[in-house]
Amino acid sequence: MEAFTQHTGLAVPLDRANVDTDAIIPKQFLKSIKRSGFGPNLFDEWRYLDHGEPGMDNSKRPVNPDFVLNFPRYKGASVLLARENFGCGSSREHAPWALEDYGIKAVIAPSFADIFFNNCFKNGILPIILDHDTVDLLFKETEANEGYKLDINLEQQTITRPNGEVINFDVEPDRKHSLLNGLDDIGITLQQEAAITAYEEERKKRAPWLFNN
Amino acid sequence: MAGKTLYDKLWDDHLVAQNDDGSALIYIDRQLLHEVTSPQAFEGLKLAGRKPRRIDANLATPDHNVPTTDRTKGIEDPISRIQVQTLDDNCDEYGVTEFKMDDIRQGIVHVIGPEQGYTLPGITMVCGDSHTATHGAFGAMAFGVGTSEVEHVLATQCLRQKKMKNMLIKVDGKLGVGVTAKDIVLAVIGEIGTAGGNGHAMEFAGSAIEDLSMEGRMTICNMAIEAGARIGLVAVDDKTVEYVKGRPFAPKGEHWDMAVKAWRELKSDSDAQFDKVVELKAEDIIPQVTWGTSPEMVKPVTGTIPNPANESNAVKKEGIERALKYMDLKADMPITQIPVDKVFIGSCTNSRIEDLREAAAVAKGRKVAASVKLAMVVPGSGLVKQQAEAEGLDKIFIEAGFQWREPGCSMCLAMNADRLEPGEHCASTSNRNFEGRQGQGGRTHLVSPGMAAAAAVYGHFTDVRELELQPITGGAH
Ligand code: SF4
Repeated sequence: MEAFTQHTGLAVPLDRANVDTDAIIPKQFLKSIKRSGFGPNLFDEWRYLDHGEPGMDNSKRPVNPDFVLNFPRYKGASVLLARENFGCGSSREHAPWALEDYGIKAVIAPSFADIFFNNCFKNGILPIILDHDTVDLLFKETEANEGYKLDINLEQQTITRPNGEVINFDVEPDRKHSLLNGLDDIGITLQQEAAITAYEEERKKRAPWLFNN
Repeated sequence: MAGKTLYDKLWDDHLVAQNDDGSALIYIDRQLLHEVTSPQAFEGLKLAGRKPRRIDANLATPDHNVPTTDRTKGIEDPISRIQVQTLDDNCDEYGVTEFKMDDIRQGIVHVIGPEQGYTLPGITMVCGDSHTATHGAFGAMAFGVGTSEVEHVLATQCLRQKKMKNMLIKVDGKLGVGVTAKDIVLAVIGEIGTAGGNGHAMEFAGSAIEDLSMEGRMTICNMAIEAGARIGLVAVDDKTVEYVKGRPFAPKGEHWDMAVKAWRELKSDSDAQFDKVVELKAEDIIPQVTWGTSPEMVKPVTGTIPNPANESNAVKKEGIERALKYMDLKADMPITQIPVDKVFIGSCTNSRIEDLREAAAVAKGRKVAASVKLAMVVPGSGLVKQQAEAEGLDKIFIEAGFQWREPGCSMCLAMNADRLEPGEHCASTSNRNFEGRQGQGGRTHLVSPGMAAAAAVYGHFTDVRELELQPITGGAH
């Protein structure tokens, strides 16, 4: 996994609540057995005017000029501003894969759905929870100022606005550590091999019916 | 010290290590695998040169992509075919037990787990699918994970987790005739919203929950995720034990006695503390119909579509306006006036034998309305299908004009050929009414199986309580 330490990027405001993972990446693209290449189909049903299917040449498809990601001023955006309960619905990790492939490095929202939130950290994307009013402020400023960039520093846990004002955010220490160092979660867990084996031995005694079916 | 909740007990029971950084290592007893979220996990394992830790802790089946029509020709869509083939190849390579597409035991993962006795009280279970919460109906800690975590469990049999908060949904009283588990859970979501359970494990209790069959409890836990909770739970009682007994993967002999003794402890202590409690009266619950594009946009069938003018919260107001536009519905219109183009009875929420009986009781002796283009029944597994056919339910449906299909996820998410055309309204027993969920531009209305069958018969939503029902005599399993 790619590490996340510091990132300065253009913000794009996606002004709707309860954006679900079906919207982030529609199911027809889940048939792929790969981890990459989902970016062109991020928000497919909102982004294009026609119906998308895997294998299409997305560069030839009619884009929806009213969808915010298609506004020329947000081209190259890498910080997604979102509303309540972002990423609800299906557990598909294809959602963060699509965001990452598109170039999104951080998502800022008042709340996230639990599974999506967790999946982001596994893919080098930083989901940041800020209170409703602060998110609202960022929405307003982004919409009002073309080229509005946010500077996110994970080590310091800060977001610096273009006017130099700093917003602090919380992040759980273990997640921060993994993301800062781009660590492989499985590798970390395997370091606790002895504890796992000990637990397993004891579990075998307590619940022998769960072994060797 | 206060007593423990069921979730506390399950958590403590699976704690491998409490780490200094606040995370915990939790042991996962069993995993279910399907074709959509597992290929990249197996690939990751291979790339890292790792082996699965416990093959016997995994059970696989293809469900999302499989056709529900004649399967002898295989899967037509080449991309779907490759995905199912990849699951087959991975399972063959590693020796994972898999119910392949032509196996009578194949079906939706969340139907076959309980059906096989693979889902057991007291276990931790994960699957790369958010509706894994279903298995909590057995007093198991079951939750959906992403593909990275599927790989993590394959490699380590553990997950790094944070303990969640405890939430109690208490439903006391008696449900009216024609009101079902689906209506309870939709009413709960309507009450607390789709984010109401975020960060919580959600236990369902109260006399109305105790009165439910295991199928009903699975329907409720299945949709805990639609209320934001990754975990749904119901305490173990006689019904749980009775349901599990004798199933292929259930413990046998002295292990059975030992297991039952342990399972009897799987309930919240009477003095357990919950961080949030929501109470509903069963008598107040009326058959529910979703009108919008989120499961919380739900009304009783006797109600009307909300008017955005009455909403003061700006984000919510805009949400209602957007949903009305997408669904092509008018504010204040009675729910019973919503026309229905297609009907889907199936999905991991409502495709078990009891659900099919409930729908058949409405369909029996009636006909699907001429205005309905397609009404289909998709059993949750090959064994559910077999049981339904033994009871003659297939004939009831076919005579009424429903299509009787092969098991799978089907039009719940329309990854296979079963889908809505743009603009079509569908009465669906599934769990998500998001934009495009059942096909681009499709308009989903979530309902119970009885309500879906009633909508098929009348061509618009109808209060199932007003219909005379034909008794369906189902045997015990
Ligand atoms: S039936 Fe629907 S919700 Fe259930 S596992 Fe299949 S796609 Fe997911």
